[in-house]
Amino acid sequence: MAKSADLTRPIAELAAEVQAGKLSAAELAEASLARIRETREFHTTLELNPDAVKEAAAVDARIKAGEHLPLAGIPYAAKDNYLTASTHTTAASHMLEPFQASYESPVIERLRAAGAVLVAKTNLDAFAHGTSTENSDFGPTKNPHDPTRVPGGSSGGSAASVALGQVTFAIGSDTGGSIRQPAALCGVVGLKPTYGLSPRTGVVAMASSADCMGPLTRSVGDAARVLDVIAGRHPGDATTIERDPESYVVTSGNLAGLKIGLIKEYLGEGLEPEVKTQLLALAELLKKHGAYVEEVSVPATEQALAAYYILVPAEVSSNLARYDGVRYGYSSAHAQSLEDTYFRSREEGFGPEAKRRIMIGTYVLSSGYYDAYYKRAQKVRTRLIEQFDAAFKHYDLLLGPTSPSPAFKIGAKAGDPLALYLEDVMTVAANLVGIPAISIPFGEVNRLPVGLQLMAPQRAERRLLAAASATESLIAHTKGGARA
Amino acid sequence: MSKISVEEVARIARLARIGLTADETATMAEEIGRILTFVDQLQKVDIAGVEPTDQVTGLTDVWREDEVRPSPPREQLLAGAPAQKNGYIVVKRVLNG
Repeated sequence: MAKSADLTRPIAELAAEVQAGKLSAAELAEASLARIRETREFHTTLELNPDAVKEAAAVDARIKAGEHLPLAGIPYAAKDNYLTASTHTTAASHMLEPFQASYESPVIERLRAAGAVLVAKTNLDAFAHGTSTENSDFGPTKNPHDPTRVPGGSSGGSAASVALGQVTFAIGSDTGGSIRQPAALCGVVGLKPTYGLSPRTGVVAMASSADCMGPLTRSVGDAARVLDVIAGRHPGDATTIERDPESYVVTSGNLAGLKIGLIKEYLGEGLEPEVKTQLLALAELLKKHGAYVEEVSVPATEQALAAYYILVPAEVSSNLARYDGVRYGYSSAHAQSLEDTYFRSREEGFGPEAKRRIMIGTYVLSSGYYDAYYKRAQKVRTRLIEQFDAAFKHYDLLLGPTSPSPAFKIGAKAGDPLALYLEDVMTVAANLVGIPAISIPFGEVNRLPVGLQLMAPQRAERRLLAAASATESLIAHTKGGARA
Repeated sequence: MSKISVEEVARIARLARIGLTADETATMAEEIGRILTFVDQLQKVDIAGVEPTDQVTGLTDVWREDEVRPSPPREQLLAGAPAQKNGYIVVKRVLNG
């Protein structure tokens, strides 16, 4: 591959060269497709966009016609729960195996308008239910750092694709950590924006009060550039919020004077000691560069996962009720009556994890259990929000690990749903509270990447990205120094 | 003892319109039982006087103009239906006799 078409280069550089005519979008799309084929054993993608090169040529034509495009010719991959016009959408489930969307996600539309080129749809845990991508009905994705290990999930295909340099960025969805945790396990950056900052419409719904759409990239700057394109209100999603009038691409990040709270509850039992050691060392480094870092207790984070595994299955059971074997998706050929169509299509079309979540959700919403489970969890959610609000009165940002340990072996947690749920123990709080959070790679344990997580108050993406960018530079500088 | 009986799992599966075999029902009772035991820790949180949260960004009553907007053609919207005829979705017979 020519150096110029190296997809691991920063978006700003590649887009500038495409804009200036030094590189073509078509060339980049071809380089991306070639790289995907070269590294196909990692099983990152479920379908290639058959029109990728043609769509890239259309970008080249737009530039020749004088358009200025912020993501000019940048090849990207979308998690296969985004509705797209040029490919199928499966959500990695047999339930949607023959599905062609009749409209597109506004995130996809906005990326196209900005000059980005969709190259492939990526693997995920079916319906985004999982933390390892092992729940995909089409087989697991492998971690680029060790193919015997999981890439995390549920946006595991997106994270691995970026880590392998198949695409310059990918988009995913994050309901409880599904962008951040795979980003951490694959050594890339993952950003979950404030709830409602990017539209949910046109993405297969999981839990509507928590689903967030965001990018997976190789750098904080790239994540900011993608967010700048996908953020903002959309008439198709009434929960979308106004974007910041200023650009999210914040170039000057200063750590001096920044008040950072290190969440105490995330440093306790269950955190791998080496991750803790490295995180505490990083906290010291941040202090040396002028940040004020101290431990802060957010007690309700200890119950966040329990609340999450009531609220999210409840919403899942409601959202997945639409898969009835009648309107679209899989329909059983053996059904004898309309009701039998529902039972058999759902029995045969859904995998075990979707069924489990629908069952838990139906149970906690059912008469007699609603107050004890669902309503109580909603109140614990309120408690969690209050405690985060209180913490943000004293701190600009909150810090913790993204995941308690690096990537585990494929199959190691099979048959133990609870062990897989615990992977999200440090990420679900941001979704329940609706705040933005970013995972950036900050070290290695047994030669596997680990991520740190920074969180900011709702709508404070600019503050979050500036600090994350400064932290990223500091980490790069320290590593460079250590090697020299 | 599991926190949820096999009979209760079968009842929930009916509510959710999911067919389950006897084996699946038994496994599900065991797995859901473990998850319900895990979420029991919520009982420890003091929620006295706390309102439940449905929506996190404080939006209420988001309005838009009531106006006609273009929609995809009917054929395109129906294309995903497993069975269709004359612009309608076909389902199995509901009433017999």
